[in-house]
Amino acid sequence: MREFKIDFNKAFKWVVLVYAVIFIAGTVFSFFGVNLDINFSGGTKISYSYTGDIADKDIEDTVKTVIKSPFTVSKSTALAGNTQTFEIALVGKDAVSAEDQKNLSGELEKKFKDNKIVLYNSNSVSPTVAGSFFLKALVAVVITSILVVIYVGFRFRKIGGVSAALTALCALVFDVLIAFFTCVFFGLQIDLNFMAVVLTILGYSLNDTIVIYDRVRENRKLNPDMEIGDLVNMSVNKVMIRNIVTTVTTFLAVATIIVVSEIYGLTTLRTFAIPMAFGLVSGAVTSLFVSGPLWVIWKRYKAKKA
Amino acid sequence: MRTKPIGKPVFFIVFILILALAFTAFFGVENYKGDTREIYLKGAKDIRWGIDIRGGVEAVFSPDKQDVEITAEDMDAAKAIIETRMVNKNITDYEVYTDANNHQIIVRFPWAAEESNFDAAAAVQELGETALLTFCREQDKEQVILSGAADIKSAEPGMDENGGYAVYLNFTDAGKSKFSKATAELVGKTVSIWMDDVMIQAPTVNTAITTGEAYITGMESADAAKALADKINAGALPFALTVDDSKLQVISPTLGSDALRVMVIAGSIAFGVVCLLMILRYRLNGFVAAIALLGQLAGSIACISGYFSSAESFTLTIPGIAGIILSIGVGVDCNVIAAERIRDEFKKGKTIDGAIDSGFKNSLSAIVDGNVTIVIVSIVLMGAFGTPDSLFGKIFSPLMSLFGTSITGTIYSFGYTLLIGVIFNLIMGVLASKWMLKSVSRLKFLRKPWLYGGNNNA
Repeated sequence: MREFKIDFNKAFKWVVLVYAVIFIAGTVFSFFGVNLDINFSGGTKISYSYTGDIADKDIEDTVKTVIKSPFTVSKSTALAGNTQTFEIALVGKDAVSAEDQKNLSGELEKKFKDNKIVLYNSNSVSPTVAGSFFLKALVAVVITSILVVIYVGFRFRKIGGVSAALTALCALVFDVLIAFFTCVFFGLQIDLNFMAVVLTILGYSLNDTIVIYDRVRENRKLNPDMEIGDLVNMSVNKVMIRNIVTTVTTFLAVATIIVVSEIYGLTTLRTFAIPMAFGLVSGAVTSLFVSGPLWVIWKRYKAKKA
Repeated sequence: MRTKPIGKPVFFIVFILILALAFTAFFGVENYKGDTREIYLKGAKDIRWGIDIRGGVEAVFSPDKQDVEITAEDMDAAKAIIETRMVNKNITDYEVYTDANNHQIIVRFPWAAEESNFDAAAAVQELGETALLTFCREQDKEQVILSGAADIKSAEPGMDENGGYAVYLNFTDAGKSKFSKATAELVGKTVSIWMDDVMIQAPTVNTAITTGEAYITGMESADAAKALADKINAGALPFALTVDDSKLQVISPTLGSDALRVMVIAGSIAFGVVCLLMILRYRLNGFVAAIALLGQLAGSIACISGYFSSAESFTLTIPGIAGIILSIGVGVDCNVIAAERIRDEFKKGKTIDGAIDSGFKNSLSAIVDGNVTIVIVSIVLMGAFGTPDSLFGKIFSPLMSLFGTSITGTIYSFGYTLLIGVIFNLIMGVLASKWMLKSVSRLKFLRKPWLYGGNNNA
C-alpha cells in the first residue's frame, strides 16, 4: 500500500471553501422551505372512518388536490368494533382553515363514495417537541462538550489536549450542518429520527478525530522537536488508510440499507438513511481536513503571540 | 516484551460461545407445551418494536371532570407525567400530543395486535390514573394528612425487616412536619394510605414518626413494589383522565406494513457487506473481526430484548437502530485500527507473534479514547432525556430539573443502544478479537504472515 503524502494544512482552505459554498447554497435553499414534521411544528390531525379497501396512494393524491401544505397519511383500526380509519396529519399551526377541512371532507366523500367516508375525529395539536426540549438539548450539548473537553484535555495533555478538543468540537458543527442541508436539498422531512442521525454523525466524527489525535500524541513522543504543522500532517497521513477503510465500510453498510429499502419501496427510511450517508462522509472529511489543521492554526497563532 | 501465549483451544471456545450467544439472542430458546409458548431465552422476535416499525395503539384521553378549569400548564404537566410513566415501562417510543382547546391528550405507543401477553386496554387505563398517594387520619379519606409531590419527595422499592416487599417513602420538609405532628396525635390509632380511591394499608401508629420516612409493606412481589414506587415518582396527574374505549385504535406502522421484514433483510445484507469487506482486506484478522462483530451485535440484541424471560423488552425504534449502527461502526473501526497496526508491524519486519502482540498494544489507546468519548455522549443523552429517577437521570437531575421534565424517549433509546453497543465492543472488539487471533495464530497450518497482513516471504 502506498504512503499518503497530502499537505492537509494547505488543503484546509480549499475544504473550508467547499463547505462554505455548500452552506451558502443550503441557506438559500432553506428560504424555499424546510420540511418540519408534526412533532416539531404542531398541526392538525383529522381522521375519517371508512369501509372496504383504499390505497394510501389514492388518499394522498386526493388530499393533495385540496391541501397545499405538507401532510402524512396513516391507517388504523379501532380496537373495539373493527372500524377502519385513516388519519391525515397536516403540518403547521395554521395548516387548515375550517373551510379547507370542509372541502377536504367533501372531496374525500366524492372520490371514495363506495367507502362510506365519515369524519371520525379532528384535533389541532401542539408540537410534541416543545421549547423545553430544545433548551434541554442545548444543555445536554454543553454538558457533553465540557465532559469531552475535560476527558480529551486530560488524556492528551502532553500535546495540549484542551485546544485539540475545542477544534474537534468546531469540526462537528460542519457535520451537523451537512446533515441538515442534506435534508434541505433532498426536500426530506425533519423529524425526531433526524436528531438520532445528527447524534450518530457526531459520535462517529468525534471518534475519527480522536484516532487522529492519538497518532499525533504517539508521534510527538517519537519526534519531540518536530514543528506542529508537520507533526499533524505526518500523523494524519499515517491514519488516512484506516480512516478510508472505516468510512467506506460504514458508508457501504448505510448505502445497502438505502438500496434495499428503495427496492422494497420503503421510502420512509429516506429521511433517516440519506442524511446519515452524507453525514458519515462529512465526518470523515472534517476529521482529516478540518479538526487537525484548525488546531495547527491555533497552535501556530499561540506560538507567535508568545 | 512478549505477553503470555494463549492456548490453541481458546479460539474455538470463544467462537462457539459467540455463536451460541448469537443463536439464542436472535432466535430465542422456547418450548411449546401444547399451544402455550414457554420462553426460556428471548429472541429478536420478542423485542418490542416501535410504532414506526410494527404499529401501535392510539388512545384519546380527556379529563373526567369537565367542569374544572383546565389550564395549558395542567395539560403540559399531564403530558410530562404520561411520558414518564411510559419510559418507566420501557416504552421509549411514544407520541403524546396535547390539544389544549378540546382538553384532549392523544397518546400513541407501540403494540402489535398479535402480542397476547400485553393488555392494551388495561395499559391505557393505567396511564390515565391520577396516581395520587395520600396519607389520611384513621380510615377517613376526608381527613388528609399529606398528599402528592408537595409532601412526598421520592419512593423506592425494597424489603421490610421480615423480608417482605415494601416501598420506602421519603417526605419533603413540609411532609415531614405534617406527618410527625399527625402521628404524635394518633399514637395507638391508625393511619391510612390511599392510592387514588383505593386504601392500600392502614397500619397502627406506635410512636410519633419524626424521621420524614415511612414505608408501605405487604407488597405482592418485587415487581409490584417497583411499579408502585415508579408510579409515585412519576407524579400525580392534576386530574384523572379517562379514555373513550370506542376511540382506542390500532395504528398501522408509520413506516409501512412491510417495514420490519425489509429492515431485517437490509440489516443482514449490510452486515454481510461489512464482514466481506473486512475479510477481503484483512484476511484472517478480518474473519476474526467478523466473529467479534457478530458477538457485539448479539450482545446488543440480547440487552434490548431483555434476553431472560423475566426481563422487560426495550422498545426498539429507528433512533435505537441508529445507536446500533453507530456502535457497529465503532466496532468496525476498532478492528480496522488493530488490523492496520498489525500490518504496520509486519512492515517493520516483525514476526507473526510480535506483529499481533504490538499491533494490539499500540492500537489500544486510540480505541479506548474513542470509545470512552462515545460512552460520555451516550451517558449524557440517557441522563438528559430519560426519567429523572433512572440511574443516569439522578446524576444529572440537579441540572436538568431546571428545565422541566421533558423526556424524549427516542433520544433516550439512542443513548441506551449506543452505550450497550460500545460496552460490547470493548468486550468483543478488544478482548475477544485479541484472544481469538492470538490463539488461531498458533495453529501450524495458519502460520503464514500473509493471512495477517504481512508479506508471504516475510
